[in-house]
Amino acid sequence: MAERGEGMKWIVNNRMNAIYLIIAAFLLLLPFVYESRNMLILLTQIFVFAILAMSYDLLLGFTGIVSFGHAMFFGIGAYSIGIFMKRFEPTMLHFIYAVLATILITAIVSFIVGLLTLRLKSHFYAMLTMALAGLFLVLAEKWRTLTFGNDGFTFRVPEIFIDRTNFYIICLVTMIAVFMILKRFTNSPLGRVLQAIRENEQRTESLGYQVLHYKIAASVVSGVLAGIAGIFYAMSLRYVNTSVFTMDITLDALLMTIIGGVGTLVGAIIGAGLIEFAHDGLTELAKEHWIFERWIIFFGIIYILVVIFFPLGIVGTLRKFTWKRRKLESAKKKENLAG
Amino acid sequence: MFLVTLFLISIYKIGGESMTTLIETDNLSITFGGHTAVDSVSISVPEKHFKSIIGPNGAGKTTFFNLLSGQLNPTNGKIYFRGKDITKLSSTKRTREGIGRSFQITNVFPNLTVLENVRLAVQSNAGVRYQMLFHYKKYREFEEKALEWLRLVLLDDKVDSFAINLAHGEKRKLEMAMLLALETEVLLLDEPTAGMSLEDVPAILEVIKRIKEQGNRTIILIEHKMDMILDLSDSVMVLFNGRLLADGTPEEIMKNETVQSAYLGGVSV
Repeated sequence: MAERGEGMKWIVNNRMNAIYLIIAAFLLLLPFVYESRNMLILLTQIFVFAILAMSYDLLLGFTGIVSFGHAMFFGIGAYSIGIFMKRFEPTMLHFIYAVLATILITAIVSFIVGLLTLRLKSHFYAMLTMALAGLFLVLAEKWRTLTFGNDGFTFRVPEIFIDRTNFYIICLVTMIAVFMILKRFTNSPLGRVLQAIRENEQRTESLGYQVLHYKIAASVVSGVLAGIAGIFYAMSLRYVNTSVFTMDITLDALLMTIIGGVGTLVGAIIGAGLIEFAHDGLTELAKEHWIFERWIIFFGIIYILVVIFFPLGIVGTLRKFTWKRRKLESAKKKENLAG
Repeated sequence: MFLVTLFLISIYKIGGESMTTLIETDNLSITFGGHTAVDSVSISVPEKHFKSIIGPNGAGKTTFFNLLSGQLNPTNGKIYFRGKDITKLSSTKRTREGIGRSFQITNVFPNLTVLENVRLAVQSNAGVRYQMLFHYKKYREFEEKALEWLRLVLLDDKVDSFAINLAHGEKRKLEMAMLLALETEVLLLDEPTAGMSLEDVPAILEVIKRIKEQGNRTIILIEHKMDMILDLSDSVMVLFNGRLLADGTPEEIMKNETVQSAYLGGVSV
């Protein structure tokens, strides 16, 4: 009985964690009860983009850094796995090498980018990251011996990833792991300083925090995670071309983060889900009417509407309402006590 | 004879220690375009001293503070802290050395709670700056310490409010709590009562008085209200058009004719 009481207590105190656990369990069991290949592929894509969007949220939502070059880390991950799998045997060992190479390259690049550009004011930083991502795009186009240029190349993946259900579960587990890592990271003493920087950089400095160090830390963690998203993206397609370095990828991440709610992490996952579902739905509707082929128009409209009416995004708006409700409740309680 | 010598030496030592210079500026100047905002200001502030800076609007008081705290780099001159040249140190490093400051325009973290604003200062003071493995709540003592500072500035009933929702006077109190939480040796207070309602001013003054009475901090305060600072200050310096017009005890400053005419107008320095 006592144990059951403890369990209930945990659920009441950790309501959100309990909800996350239920959703995770549901998603883990889904492929075994609902056998739709298309749905499996779509959800896998959502998990991959959720990792990318969460990594972007660390920059935009938690540190207040606007980057237009996030695709470069995504692309590095995608090409690392592609090149390793193409040039060597598609074994688990080579997969691990590709992951290590991605972590190393994205960490070095994001460190240098951070060092070079984080001293700049926000809009200059945004422009510079855009230019750097453009540089990687040109490099991927021109270094044909390695990347096969715009045409890209197909590759095989290790056996464990061939089965779509396996791949689905691996992507889901990776997404959950990234979510938990980032949750801890943003709630650590260092993570709290990142939020202080977002709020007021000058004040953070005057409290004795070396702002540049924190921005670089956020940039490196974010870059590495975007690289990992790139690995899984390329593996889901078993194909990679220069499109992984394009601005569209960064804009997708930006849109997902803003629609879901910046600075919330879970918002990035919801944003990724909504955008990918909408994308899929609009592609289906394109069979009915040609206008739906131009899905980017609809995304543009959604983006404008969200920025105007829900600047805090879905999760941000919900949190605001919950916070207001709690405040009202506590005010009422105080009144009752006084009365 | 030996005892007398020993006595004299000890008196000299005690006297010497109490007058150890903590902050010193040597011909400190800064020019923006053609305008010299601070012009060759040389001062010396002893340890555990309470110095006030007065002067009319545009006299260069806040600019002088920005130079001391590292927000601005001087065009000329040097700043010494405990005899060490800190002119080239960033504001972050100066805070870590022991120079904390509050701002004239309220400068807090608007979308963080009141408690979190102060907790961040406590965390910095404790040197827990790069810890990323543990949850910040693990350091419960930081929150408790932050609460103590908030109690001191009479803001403990607002701990869960977002700083953005505070009234102006409350923001000034929060600013003060953040500065105190850093526990720096030097406190640079830039008009701590500016824009406050008349009811709020005594509370802040009381806090400043209490810090002074503790006797372990050096305080440099910018204030417009002369009557407010005269009782508190060990010395007062007057800035006018970026230049040091006078520096002395409150009584000397009150009697100083140049200062009087500067405040009443008509002085050309």
